[in-house]
Amino acid sequence: MVSQANTLPETEPQTPSIRTRGLTKIYRTGEVEVRALNGVDLTLYQSELVVLLGASGSGKSTLLNILGGLDRPTHGKVFFGDAELTAFNESALTRFRRDNVGFVFQFYNLIPSLTARENVALVTEIAPAPMAPAEALEMVGLGERLDHFPAQLSGGEQQRVAIARAIAKQPRILLCDEPTGALDSASGVIVLEAIQRVNQELGTTTALITHNAVIADMADRVIIFADGKIHETRVNKDKRRVSEMTW
Amino acid sequence: MNPLDKKLFRDLWRLRGQVIAIALIVASGVGVLIMSLSSLEALEETANAYYERYRFAQVFAEVKRAPRSLEKKIAELPGVQAVDTRIAQFAVVDIAGFGEPVIAQLVSIPERGQPNLNQLVLRSGRWVTPGRVDEVILGEPFAEAHGFKPGDKFQAVLKGNKRTLTIVGTALSPEFVYSIGPGALMPDDLRFGIFWMGRDALAAAYDLEDSFNGVAVSLLRGVEPKGVIERLDNLLEDYGGVGAYARKDQISNWFLMNELEQLRSMSTIMPTIFLAVAGFLTNMVLARLIAIERTEIGLLKAFGYSNLAVGWHYAKMVMAMTGLGIVIGWGVGYGLGQWSTHIYADQFRFPFLLFRPGPTSFSIAAIVSMAAALIGAAGAVRSSVALSPAESMRPPAPPVFHKGGLMDSALAVLLDQPSRMILRQIIRWPLRAFLTASGIALSVAVLISSLQWLDSIDHMADTHFFQAQHQDIMVGLVEAEQESVVREFANLPGVLSVESQRIVTANFRSGTRLHRGSLNGIEPDARLQPIYDNAGRVVAVPPGGLVLSTKLAEKLAVGPGDTVLVEVLEGRRPTLELPVVSLFGTFIGMPAYIDKSAMNRLLLEPRRVEFLDLLVDEREQAELFAELKELPSIAAVMLRRAAVDEFYETLAKTLLVYISFFVAFSCTLAFGVVYNTARIALSERGRELATLRVLGFSRWEISYILLGEVGLTVLFGLPLGCLAGLGLAWLMTTAFESELYRIPMIIEPSTYGVGVLIALLAAVVSGFIVRERLDKLDLISVLKTRE
Repeated sequence: MVSQANTLPETEPQTPSIRTRGLTKIYRTGEVEVRALNGVDLTLYQSELVVLLGASGSGKSTLLNILGGLDRPTHGKVFFGDAELTAFNESALTRFRRDNVGFVFQFYNLIPSLTARENVALVTEIAPAPMAPAEALEMVGLGERLDHFPAQLSGGEQQRVAIARAIAKQPRILLCDEPTGALDSASGVIVLEAIQRVNQELGTTTALITHNAVIADMADRVIIFADGKIHETRVNKDKRRVSEMTW
Repeated sequence: MNPLDKKLFRDLWRLRGQVIAIALIVASGVGVLIMSLSSLEALEETANAYYERYRFAQVFAEVKRAPRSLEKKIAELPGVQAVDTRIAQFAVVDIAGFGEPVIAQLVSIPERGQPNLNQLVLRSGRWVTPGRVDEVILGEPFAEAHGFKPGDKFQAVLKGNKRTLTIVGTALSPEFVYSIGPGALMPDDLRFGIFWMGRDALAAAYDLEDSFNGVAVSLLRGVEPKGVIERLDNLLEDYGGVGAYARKDQISNWFLMNELEQLRSMSTIMPTIFLAVAGFLTNMVLARLIAIERTEIGLLKAFGYSNLAVGWHYAKMVMAMTGLGIVIGWGVGYGLGQWSTHIYADQFRFPFLLFRPGPTSFSIAAIVSMAAALIGAAGAVRSSVALSPAESMRPPAPPVFHKGGLMDSALAVLLDQPSRMILRQIIRWPLRAFLTASGIALSVAVLISSLQWLDSIDHMADTHFFQAQHQDIMVGLVEAEQESVVREFANLPGVLSVESQRIVTANFRSGTRLHRGSLNGIEPDARLQPIYDNAGRVVAVPPGGLVLSTKLAEKLAVGPGDTVLVEVLEGRRPTLELPVVSLFGTFIGMPAYIDKSAMNRLLLEPRRVEFLDLLVDEREQAELFAELKELPSIAAVMLRRAAVDEFYETLAKTLLVYISFFVAFSCTLAFGVVYNTARIALSERGRELATLRVLGFSRWEISYILLGEVGLTVLFGLPLGCLAGLGLAWLMTTAFESELYRIPMIIEPSTYGVGVLIALLAAVVSGFIVRERLDKLDLISVLKTRE
């Protein structure tokens, strides 16, 4: 059964951060047509942490890419506040990413030639209202490793640098695509704690893709994707602390 | 087709931009080599065939007057195969509508059929008619310069008598391949020409019936000219012989051989540099290209392909790229070779052209290029196949960077992160940056060393024609005359000043070393044509002894204080033992000077002059020319202005054509290096750049990071290139020395500027092409997979 419960519990104030209407994405490879998204209506609210679950190819990454202004839908619209993202041109999208969106990837994609601090500074230098790189790294528990190069950091530490890099600009939206996918459980927990902390302390709207159902317990809301559609939406009454999780 | 070969074709197609850039680099090296060697080969073959078919003589001699009966005695000299005697004279010719006096070298031909030796190639019209004294066959270059056709008439002064001559044909001769007037440096087809006339007609005009004043001899196979020359000299001594000489000293052949010698230097040195540079660049580019294929190599090995199979696969890829370059280079080289051969042939006036390049140059070029490419790729393939498949399929671990050094300096604090990325990238792989910079440097160096010819030639012309000479006209007399002739010339209209010279043909000997040349007697206070050292100073004429050009001193292995044996080949033919007093540098020829009065004393002759330098008032030049045309005693009129024009025109036709090819090839090199460097950097760092785009960097900002690194490397390369260019220029000018020319090594600041600018332009163009690709980065792929 498909539920479109796009609302949070009545007790919380609900300001939409980003919303989609009839979002459809069709990929054509040769003569094959793949419907990655099929008419998705979704609203993400300010300060909420949403976990997107679903099998491979269910459309969650495609959705994240479109929300982050990396890809365009075939049909449908995306609104960021009052602005229609889908009407933006290339440079406006770049601007949107630069000012409002933080990305965390499965592979950390740090710049090997820059230290942790400099990797963060890379973003703070071009953002309108950033926090200090050291502060961002402090938030993810790397205050001691500011001047280490990526090659000198563990996978979990690299991912936390990536998170610091994503949040240092104080983005309105944080998009994380399988942030723990390449990490062992212990490192994964530390990374998720960092994400949770950012979400709570900065009030950043956070969308997190994962294959790991356990992680869904940290979300305000869990959205389950199947065949390019929202299959189910579940509001978490009892959010768990990440530190309580294991997998 | 097996799957690997299919992959090969698709990879080549995918990498087509780089394939073409590498092929162009290879093609530049191959093309220059083939062009140079094939044209050299063709010119040498053509010259030899021409000489053989038209029976170019091997020994020549001039006499005042000898009876024809002597012909039989010459023929009987041991070693002589055939003899041809003739009458040869210089005459002033008046061409209607051409203001300046024209000098004709009149050469007799038998009225019935070809001469024994130095046969003519009749290009138009017909042979002279027996009994007709006014018919002439003109040298084709002269006829063309003046637009003469058979049937046209003109006037000439033959031994004081004005005659109207009718052109019956035009011809070429192996004896006048390089048709050059006495004392001239370059052919001037407007002012000097060869006129062939019937023997009887010339004999009558010059009172040489049953006599000759020139003889040419061919030798039996295997006979050296030296012995024949000695015997011929003995025979001709009583008839005013000026010393027989071998083909190698014959003026046209000497010039031709010098030209070919220069061409040989050029066609070995320049292409060697090009080929080496192209090999180095191919090597560098391919090594990096293969290094990015690491994942695919791991995959192939995981499928079960052996190291050998994988290695062979990439070897084929490299061979395909290089092979394409070789084929393009062959084609371009062949085409340009043929073209430049035609240009040379046109200048040398060969009646036919044998352009049949042998396989040698094609093979050398192919082997060198292929080897350089394979060796370059081999190292990268070897290190890639050495990894275990699992390891090579994983992305390489993030390279280790370190703080410290340059990046920790106070200056570094000012840098933004993108600039830090650029600098760290360079500092982390200094060798790679250095190799790329060297690649740029080499293309700049080749550019500069090609362009420097223009500066050198300008300097050479300026020194020779403007610093060392101040006369407007130099007049050569048919034979040495009393010094009173100076006053006669001073009285001619427009003549402001006259200085005289006496020039005699002589053999210079020192030990076993011999040079046949001329000894110039000049006035000690000469101002119009003093002894001018190319370092920029006038050398004083010592009262006794010789002042030798350094090149001649080098040939004779003598220096100041040594003595040289000078065998004068004219007049009383004295042999003089003269001390070398000083040396001076020249760019052109290898002259020897002596004080003129001392010379006349030594020659046991009263004061005589043979050449006159005139300073002329331009306003009265026309009148002066009209007077000169009437003078019977003149054998040469050389206008400095015309000589400068001819010098440049001749060089423009030959040397400059080559230089423009070299410049074009250098540009290709520069473009190939920069494009490939940027393109490979893009492959290596595509993911990093896409990440930055995702983080909100604009296209321009990531272009800065990628092209900034390339740009910085280019900037490192430029001064390196200027330095290397200086070295190459030195190497080439040194190798280019011939008896005729020494090219000074002059590189104007603007030449460095042009070289640098061209390299920058090539860099900018390739930067733009790569930037296009930067716009098409796949941002989404970054989020998921490793490349």
